[in-house]
Amino acid sequence: MLSRVANSIYWMCRYIERAENVARFISVNLNLLLDQTLEKGKHWEPLVMITGDQEMFEKKYTSYDQETVIRFLTFDRDYPNSIITSLGAARENARSIREIISSEMWEHLNNFYLELAEPGSPGFALDEPHRFFKIIQMRSHLFTGLMDSTMSHGEAWNFARIGMMIERADKTSRILDVKYFMLLPQVDMVNTPIDNIQWMAVLKSASAFEMYRKEHHRITPRNVANFLIFDSQFPRSIRHCVSKSKICLHRITGSPPGSTRNPAEKRLGRLEADLEYSDIDEVIEYGMHEYLDNVQTRLNSVDEAIGVTFLNMKPQSDAMENEQ
Amino acid sequence: METFKNYDPEHYYDELINADGTPRPCAQLIVNKIESLPPGAFEMRQKAAESLLLKMGITFNVYGRDEGAEKIFPFDIIPRIVPGSDWQQIENGLKQRIFALNEFIQDIYNDKKILKDKIIPEDLIYSSRTYRKECEGFTPPRGIWCHVTGTDLVRDKDGRFYVLEDNLRCPSGVSYVLENRQVLKRTFPQVFKESLVRPVDDYTTKLLEMLEYLAPKNVQNPTIGVLTPGIYNSAYFEHSFLSQQMGVELVEGQDLVVSDGFVHMITTKGLKRVDVLYRRIDDDFLDPYVFRPDSMLGVKGIMEVYKAGRIAMANAPGTGIADDKVIYAYAPDIIKYYTGEDPILPNVPTYICRDDQQRAYVLSHLDELVVKAANESGGYGMLVGPHATAEERAAFAEKIKAEPRNYMAQPTISLSRVPTIVGDRIEGRHVDLRPYVLFGEDIYVQPGGLTRVALTKGSLVVNSSQGGGSKDTWVV
Repeated sequence: MLSRVANSIYWMCRYIERAENVARFISVNLNLLLDQTLEKGKHWEPLVMITGDQEMFEKKYTSYDQETVIRFLTFDRDYPNSIITSLGAARENARSIREIISSEMWEHLNNFYLELAEPGSPGFALDEPHRFFKIIQMRSHLFTGLMDSTMSHGEAWNFARIGMMIERADKTSRILDVKYFMLLPQVDMVNTPIDNIQWMAVLKSASAFEMYRKEHHRITPRNVANFLIFDSQFPRSIRHCVSKSKICLHRITGSPPGSTRNPAEKRLGRLEADLEYSDIDEVIEYGMHEYLDNVQTRLNSVDEAIGVTFLNMKPQSDAMENEQ
Repeated sequence: METFKNYDPEHYYDELINADGTPRPCAQLIVNKIESLPPGAFEMRQKAAESLLLKMGITFNVYGRDEGAEKIFPFDIIPRIVPGSDWQQIENGLKQRIFALNEFIQDIYNDKKILKDKIIPEDLIYSSRTYRKECEGFTPPRGIWCHVTGTDLVRDKDGRFYVLEDNLRCPSGVSYVLENRQVLKRTFPQVFKESLVRPVDDYTTKLLEMLEYLAPKNVQNPTIGVLTPGIYNSAYFEHSFLSQQMGVELVEGQDLVVSDGFVHMITTKGLKRVDVLYRRIDDDFLDPYVFRPDSMLGVKGIMEVYKAGRIAMANAPGTGIADDKVIYAYAPDIIKYYTGEDPILPNVPTYICRDDQQRAYVLSHLDELVVKAANESGGYGMLVGPHATAEERAAFAEKIKAEPRNYMAQPTISLSRVPTIVGDRIEGRHVDLRPYVLFGEDIYVQPGGLTRVALTKGSLVVNSSQGGGSKDTWVV
């Protein structure tokens, strides 16, 4: 398959997953506000912190109020990680591979973007934010479902899954990173049950609350981190995402499990092994932030190795007209 | 809906209706059908056809990157019908013309007999923007230059077809022919069947066979690609559609690289050799080493591989020389020179502005003439004298005086009309006809072609970029 096509499908899925995660963060924050005790004006700043794009925000805006943050994260076309920018990029990628993906996928994504781009959309998002961001998430799930059930699970599909899983692992690590420090009053309280709303919110933003309860019952910061990083079965845990993307990568190359043939397989394999052979106590000892930072760096290096090994990325060309 | 009861062909040639208001024999069935539909049913069929096109994603791009970048090519469900006897003449005429133009291109880049015999002035060739000195002395695979042609034909008041222009570089629109047919088959299934309409669907098979025919002789299963400028090009849908229908790769310049003397696609499993390209990129952008160095769309070094016979390209670079609208004026001489025959399809009479006498005539008759630049397409760079303001004509006169070589003029043709849905009425609208011709092992003329219709009342400009639509074309 053409490298450009693989690149487009990989990024199409990364962008959709990115958009969905931004919607998740906003949704959970909105829920928190309903029973909030924090002092006014502090509810929305952490959301921009999760994205790591505070500098960009502060260049353009002065106040971290609900409306401004929602506009920035959802509708700001100058902000490269906003929902609308991500979906626009996903759609452009999809357009260039229309003959590869199913028409159901294309039509859904096309419509998803066009409706978000409608002039009435920001009004809807600000008036009924709960409903609005739920719809965004459900549309992303619908896309994933369509991809799963209307497209052959061949090379292109596997590249799509890798894109989605790497993006998801990155986003889970970011939410944990930011919240862990904000919410943990003292490091030695890591094992104490602090069954408060905030920790539940962390789990909820990864749709992990119910699944966590089945596994651990009481909420302790240690167990929350353990679940989101190491759980082997929860579909948004870092470990799960990494091992699923490794399976897809091996399907593409045909390398048997346990062997590696290229830098992408090596880096992803090492990351998976580390997640398999270390545990939460080691992470706490090493330092949560340092650990998650390292995970993010290594996910980036996997992305880079995939680029070099398969995707041969080059800058996009300009449109030229020569049709008669 | 008022149907044909009050339809007035006025003083134009109408493709479906006689001057006295009765249907032509070829149109009897469809006219009866439309008249017999219960009130409202006809509008419903038009709406159903439009929503089908929307669903199938038959769109073309307009400029600007933001929302609404894709539009639907307007489509009218009343077909344009060409009787078999007229078609036979068109088909013979196009085969003769394309054969002669191909001989002409080969001659221009090699023996130059036609220049030596002074049929065409030498300086006209060397001053053409589409002449490629890089092609001197070259013969493309199988000696074919113009593999895919879309010749624009018009029918005048006298009922005769004339050639308006030859598009031998990257003619577009054939995907609409194929899709329009799909839609109309569903819109009028019964009439379609009874009319014994000649099929157009084997175009993509013929195109694929033609491309395979060009492959280097030692290659068994050639790898074929459609080379597109990318998603922002107005015809991207067509490029994607054709590659999908032929089951070949759709590639952009950035997907191709020259290595070890061959052209390769960059794939996830390494480089893969490409043997034939149906390129939808103009010569200018094809190879930055040879043509425009700032081209981001082309493939560095592809011309060298091409000239070494290691990749075939359709259409051949250099073909545009026969596309020059001033050289067009010599087409009857070209046909006569290479075939010894008179042209079956006449040219529209043409005044060449580089000739002092003819230019003087053009300048004093601008209000009756259509003036065109030698190398523009898509309805750009032209003046429709009778519809232009005095200022527009004066400005155009300056352009002609500044660069006489680059302009030609023709009398305004009263393009024939076809009944077209306008609101809740049927009115006549002007049309042209673009049949598609493939030159491979033999010359194939797709029976039908694209009928473009100027949807604005009285307008003679049918280009999609200027508010034109399309109709299905039935050869019966």
